Amino acid sequence: MFTPHPRHEEALFYLLAAIGGVVSAIGLAAALYMEHSGHVVTGMNNQIVWGLPHVFAIFLIIAASGVLNVASMGSVFGRVLYKSRAPLSGLLGIAMLSGGLAIIMLDLGRADRLMVAATHFNPTSVFGWNVILYPVFYGLVGVYLWTMMERRMNPYAKAAGLATFVWRVVLTSGTGSIFAFLVARQAYGTALLAPMFIIMSFAWGLAVFIIVQATMYAWNGMTLPPLILQRLKNLLATFVAATLYCTAILHLVNAYFAKNIAFETFILFNSEFTGAFWIGQVLIGSLLPLALLFHPATRARATWVNVAALLVIVGAYFQLHVFIIGGQAFPLDIFPGYDVKSSFMDGAVDHYTASLPEILLAVGGLGIAFTMTIIGVRVLHFLPQDDLAEIEAAGSITD
Amino acid sequence: MTAPQTPDSNPRRAFIAAAGAGVAGLGFTVIAPGLHLMAVGEANAAEARKAGTAASPAVRWGLLIDANKCAPGCTKCIDACHTENGVSEKLPDPRQNSQWIRKIELVDKRNGRVTQLPMMCQHCAEPPCVDVCPTGASMKRADGIVLVDRHTCIGCRYCMMACPYKARSFVHAPLTQQNPEVPRGQGCVESCTLCVHRVDKGQQPACVESCPEGAMVFGDLNDPASDIAKRIASVPTTQVRADLRLNQGVRYQGL
Repeated sequence: MFTPHPRHEEALFYLLAAIGGVVSAIGLAAALYMEHSGHVVTGMNNQIVWGLPHVFAIFLIIAASGVLNVASMGSVFGRVLYKSRAPLSGLLGIAMLSGGLAIIMLDLGRADRLMVAATHFNPTSVFGWNVILYPVFYGLVGVYLWTMMERRMNPYAKAAGLATFVWRVVLTSGTGSIFAFLVARQAYGTALLAPMFIIMSFAWGLAVFIIVQATMYAWNGMTLPPLILQRLKNLLATFVAATLYCTAILHLVNAYFAKNIAFETFILFNSEFTGAFWIGQVLIGSLLPLALLFHPATRARATWVNVAALLVIVGAYFQLHVFIIGGQAFPLDIFPGYDVKSSFMDGAVDHYTASLPEILLAVGGLGIAFTMTIIGVRVLHFLPQDDLAEIEAAGSITD
Repeated sequence: MTAPQTPDSNPRRAFIAAAGAGVAGLGFTVIAPGLHLMAVGEANAAEARKAGTAASPAVRWGLLIDANKCAPGCTKCIDACHTENGVSEKLPDPRQNSQWIRKIELVDKRNGRVTQLPMMCQHCAEPPCVDVCPTGASMKRADGIVLVDRHTCIGCRYCMMACPYKARSFVHAPLTQQNPEVPRGQGCVESCTLCVHRVDKGQQPACVESCPEGAMVFGDLNDPASDIAKRIASVPTTQVRADLRLNQGVRYQGL
């Protein structure tokens, strides 16, 4: 991979930080434009009420929780290999959550009413729970990072790590429950979504971690020790396979119910989402990465593991696109047993095309996460440093 | 603080009900069904709510819609609703326009029977939109009317995801020509208010008043003497997606 010359290294850092800043600023400008003009300038409407910004935001929020799995493996489960990676995983968690929340909040119809959201709490709303879940997440990860970075606080790292672990399981259960609690939509409304979102978070968060770590190692002219690469790729493969398993069960159970057969036929065989599901989510996001992670010719090579991680992230986009947009595009079954039509798209499949402001807002969220990450790793020196002798002595490297 | 009034303790309603029964007893039941329905509907008109008093939990406002009477092609209830509530925007993408009430055409897959009916917020007793709203802007009034507080709605659209009836609209563009009694807001979610501003003045919802077929009856579901309660007690009526057990305030006849 590319390693910058020491003389150019600083300039390259500032260039990347500036690009991240500009992308974030453009996203903010797009949000202001949407706020001023109304959502009429988006592709969203009264049937597809959540669009591309939500796809990106939910990816970032899910992956933010999952990337902390790396830290949990070290602090909670005592794996030496992951301890040196915990600070980077904490930073990525905060950066991605910030990017995701920025998108969600800036997409609100009344983004100016953030204080209303903070001061009016409905205890029956999963969204309402988020008002507690997200700030506490920030606080816990912050404390966790502090216990790891401040030597005097080191004895408390395990407790802080455990608290963070529990909290992010709750947080991602909440994200899954946003959809699980919808009583009347064929695509959602199943308890499976809460644990499934946790599994997805493990896969996507680890994929992001592997890419960022590889970039940092390349930047510093270092190579990831093969034993560590092997461990990480096995873990990624496990999570990707588990996500694919949950996906299969979700659709199998749904298709088993006569009332949902039309929806499953729509998603799996007969819609604009069919290709995104089979090619994007299943092939690119699951089967190809698994092949790369297990095939003897590729599994031990860092480049291919990185490619697999990248494919998992691309597949995550497709998965959320099919899940969120596809789930809304199919009409609500308000009158079972009837063919229905109206001036309000009743009984009709909707089509969604993201507009430029939406795309810029969504990418702006990625820009925020990127900028926070690049500045964070620069300032805080979070490059994982491995003591291979210690790892081998601890025995945590063996499969 | 005013104690909640029960239907029996409301002298005006009791008087009106007695008067209605007397009118019916005088032989007016032989008049054409539409006229009869209107007359009884008037007799069951809501009592004006005094300024400064809270909505009464003893009342449960509801609608009964007779789909057999809903005429194909007729949009009078929609026009009246949107005029009354100042819902007039015509955006380039019609899917982004608000529709507080819409006509749905149903074709029974088994026998091809065609039915028309108006669809709007069903004013559920257990409203999913209220459950999911993060700020509590989606709320159910004590008298069963489900509303959105324009001042605390943040425009997250979670209620639109949760509503089983697609009854809610999001205001996609700046608004003009608003009715001062019906505040709406860009970036907020909205839906049928059951013309709460009229109901509080003792009037009927605009859609009910405008229906030339007398297909809609408005009244207090809790009051056994009300026309709506009597009709529901005497003819088969349906709650849409009754399997969800949301106990809607809007019922249908002829489905």
